[in-house]
Parts: sequence; structure tokens; C-alpha cells
Amino acid sequence: MSALVEAERVSKAFGGLQALSECSLSVPKGSIAGLIGPNGSGKTTLFNVMTGYERCNAGEIRFDGVPVTGATPERVFDLGVGRTFQITRLFFRMTVLENILVATQRHEGWLRSVARRAGSTAERARALEMLEFVGLAGLAGSPAGTLSYGQRKLLELASLLVADPAVLLLDEPTAGVNPGLIEQLTERIRELNRAGKTFLVVEHNMEFVMGLCHEVTVLHQGRTLVTGPPEQVRSDPAVLDAYLGGGDDDDF
Amino acid sequence: MTERLPARALLVAIAVAILGVFPLVFSNPTTTSIAVFTLIFMVAASAWNMFSGYSGYIALGHAVYFGVGAYALTLLANHLGFAAGWGIFALVPVAGIIAGLVAVPTGLIALRARRHTFVVITIAFMFIFQLAASNFAFTGGSSGLQPPTPLWSAVAYNDHFYYVSAIVLVATVALSWLVRRSRFGLQLFSIRDDEERARGLGVRVARVKLSAFVLSAVPIGMAGGIYAYFLGQIFPQFAFDPLFDLSIALMAFIGGLGTVAGPLLGALVLESLQQYFTVQSGASQVYLIIYGGLFLAVVLLLPRGVIPSIEELVARWRTRGSAEDRAREEEEAGESADVVKAAGAR
Repeated sequence: MSALVEAERVSKAFGGLQALSECSLSVPKGSIAGLIGPNGSGKTTLFNVMTGYERCNAGEIRFDGVPVTGATPERVFDLGVGRTFQITRLFFRMTVLENILVATQRHEGWLRSVARRAGSTAERARALEMLEFVGLAGLAGSPAGTLSYGQRKLLELASLLVADPAVLLLDEPTAGVNPGLIEQLTERIRELNRAGKTFLVVEHNMEFVMGLCHEVTVLHQGRTLVTGPPEQVRSDPAVLDAYLGGGDDDDF
Repeated sequence: MTERLPARALLVAIAVAILGVFPLVFSNPTTTSIAVFTLIFMVAASAWNMFSGYSGYIALGHAVYFGVGAYALTLLANHLGFAAGWGIFALVPVAGIIAGLVAVPTGLIALRARRHTFVVITIAFMFIFQLAASNFAFTGGSSGLQPPTPLWSAVAYNDHFYYVSAIVLVATVALSWLVRRSRFGLQLFSIRDDEERARGLGVRVARVKLSAFVLSAVPIGMAGGIYAYFLGQIFPQFAFDPLFDLSIALMAFIGGLGTVAGPLLGALVLESLQQYFTVQSGASQVYLIIYGGLFLAVVLLLPRGVIPSIEELVARWRTRGSAEDRAREEEEAGESADVVKAAGAR
């Protein structure tokens, strides 16, 4: 399997803090990859660098073999990389349906975008289909701000799916979501993966990661510690060390 | 939504009809003069809302485009040798386009910043233009400029300006409505709610913001042109007036930021009141106190503005109406069930 998304020896510093140092990651096409690591290990920073929200100091990001290092988030999205945020971001004052319609209209000239009504019949139908898929069809007309936390996560996912990205980067999709909805989310991700979508998931919920991902990468202090199948990663001594706070520089 | 459409179309038709016959019914020049100023401010508030209300970027420097429109029309009329009369109105769209062109570089610079910094930069631009207008020779310095004065009869004088302003207003409101329901409008709203996420969903935020900024400057430039021609003289401190910025922002806030009708309602009430008080008492600054009071009242009682609050009230009233119907039906059904039960017991 060829890699769809690759980060190669990426480094990023915020002032004196080295958030990422020569960190590498490769997500094979058609897989569900997990990215785990203790708090502050650089998972979200890596996400931000990969999706154009931050510029890295060194290294290269490639999508389907094409270098996209330093591209804007708009361009990264156009290339087919969709992402969600750790703290769910929605357009709170727009309706659920309008939230989904935003991503349906990326390839068009300015004049067309002024002259045409938001959401053609086909786009509305597709948006409703996506809402149906995540189980929010009944709430299409409600303001997005009235949704529960779990529903917001599902809406965020649906509003990416409508643009049909090749790969989805999910930042802590289960944080604060009740177990019933987590199960639903897992099911949806599996279903999308069977349909050919690639996933990279940052998660703290080990049960979710180990049950879902084909391959897991562990980050520790901005470096890639291990990459491998979940069972192997789970029993790797270096990983246990990183999580339990051991190591040579330990004072205990 | 669809069942409300005819009601809304009817309201628009009535409003346009009133707009058309107003000077025929109230032909007193004092009244029509107030009406012209009110229309000019309705155009300005509506156009300002098209950028600031829809995108959430509160610009407090749109007086730049009002002033540029005013100066552009006056300078063109004077230098191109336009005879006073209807011909000068042909320069109104030109004034709008020039204001739009000025909005490109100023918008590019201001929109590099967000939120508070953006507000401060727009204010700074307003003062830069005011200073420039009072210091350049071609703008007449602090003594300003005078466009040609048409020789229309005093009775019908204002009507010319009234109808030109009315046409510009109808076009501006149509544009505002078009933008609001368009894909472009949806992109603006997504920027208002969460700009970072909008970028992550492929919205070209820089392009969308700048084009909305320029689009809102054009009608304001046209309003400035009409204003200059109507007054017959322009000075830097009135063409580039910080109070103009506060006024149109207040009008939009009071009526309902981001709605089509809100800024129109706000401008209609505030500007006509202001003009009325100026005419009545001669104290032209009294309106500032009224503005302050009204603004406080709206912020405290109707924080989202008048129009959204009314819409919410209507929606609640409708649902309550249908809920009452349902409750009554259930009650009746329950009663009949009781009757049946009682009959069965007997």
C-alpha cells in the first residue's frame, strides 16, 4: 500500500519549546491510522502542520506524493484532506443544514458564488444524505448551537464528508462523547473506510484506538516513538515507559 | 418558509409603493429634505451591513468611501464641465466605482488584521483621508468644494434627489438580499461564525472578505455622491466624519445586524428623528444623546436588534398557537374518552 499522507522529519518550535523534532508519519492509502501519545507530545501540532494551520520549521508534508508543505488550509482541503478540531468547531449561528452546505461549494468563481443561491437542490439532497448517515437528519433546520456535544462531533464529521475528501484527520473524535454515540461514530468510520476513505485519528481513548486502527503511531516529546499494529504497540516497553512517566531523566 | 414568502413579497411591494408616492403626498420641502437624508443613510447602513453585518468584521471607517464618493462626484462635475441638472446624476455610479477602487487597497491592508485590530485600522484610514482632504490643494483644503447647483424650482428641488436616492436604495437592498441568500453569503456567515474552520472547509476567506468589503463600499460611495450634490458643498470633516461611521453601525445594530431589513429600519428611525430634531430645535447635537439612549435600550432589551427579536416573537407566537390547538384537541379527545368511560361504567 502506498502512503497517502506523509510527514517526513517535520520539526516545529514555538519559541524555545520544541513541539516537534524530526517527526515522521506515514498513513497508507485505505487505512485507519491512529496517532497517540501523552499530553503535550505534539499530536495536535502535527495535525496543524499537516493541514496548513501552522508552518513547520523543517521537513516535508506530502499528500499522494505531492509536497504540500506550507500550503494554506484552503488549499490542503482542496487537495482532499479534511480535518476536525480537538475542541469542536461549528458555525454556531447557522442551521445544521447550512453548516454542511459550506463545504459543498469550493470550486467556483466569485461571480457565480454571488449569483447562485446557497445550496442547489442536488447539494441539499447530498447534505441531507450526510445528515442521515450520521443520524442528524431530524435536526437539519435547528441552529447548530443547540446540538449536544456528541451531535456536534457528528455534524463536524458530516460537514467534511459532503466534500468527499480522500483522507480525514480527526482530532480526538470521542472526547466528551457518550458511549452510545462513540459506538455510532466507530461504525460510521468503519463504513467510510470500507468505502475507500483513509483516516488518521488522534485519540486518548485507548479502547477506541486499539479497536479501530490498523496501525498506531506513538508520539513522545515531539518524536515518533513507535509505529506498528495496535497489539504490538500496546506491549512495547518504550510506549509503556512514555505513558507511565519512566525514563533515564526520571528523578524517582 | 414557503408559506411566508407571499406575505414577505407583499410587504416589499407596499414598501416600494410608499417609497414611490411619498414625495407626492408629503410635498413640503422640509419633509422631503429629511426624506433624502434618510434615504442616503438607509443606503449607507444597508451597504455597511453587507460587509460588517454578514462577515462579523465591524468596520468603523466606511466614511472613507462616503467621502471619496462625495469628492469624486464634485471633482468630476467641476472639472468635466457638467452643467448643473440631471446630467450630474450620471456621475453617481462613477462615484460608487471610484469608492470601490479605493476600497481595494484599503481593504487589503485592513483585512490583514482581525477583530479589534481591524476596527482600529479602519478608524485610522478614516482620519488619514480626512487629513488628506483638508491638506491637498485639489480637494480645496479645509474650505472644501462646491458642486454646481441646479436651477430647479424650490418646490420640486428635493424630489430629484429623492428619486435618485430611492433608485440607489432599491438596488442596494436587492444586492444585500441577493448576497444574503447566495453561496457567497453563506461563506461570509461562515467567516462570521468561525473563520479558521471556514478555511479548513475550503472557503477562500481573504478573497471573500475583500470582495464583500469592496461591494459594500460602492453603494456608500454613491450615497456620498448624492449627498455632496444635494448639500451643494462639502468639507473634509463632514465628508470623512467619524459620526457617520458610528451612525451607520448603530442603525444596523439597532435594526438587527446581518439581516436585510434591520439596517433599513434602524436608518429610517434614527436618521429621520435626527433630521427632525435638527430642524425643530436647531440643536444638531441632541441626537447624539438620543442615539446613546436608544442604543442602551436595544442592547439591554433586544440585544440582537429589533428585526430578529420580532421574528423570534412571531415564531414563538405561531408555535404557541399551534401548540394550543393541539392541546385543545387532546383535551377534547380526553373529554370524549371520559364520557365513553363514564358511559361504560354506567
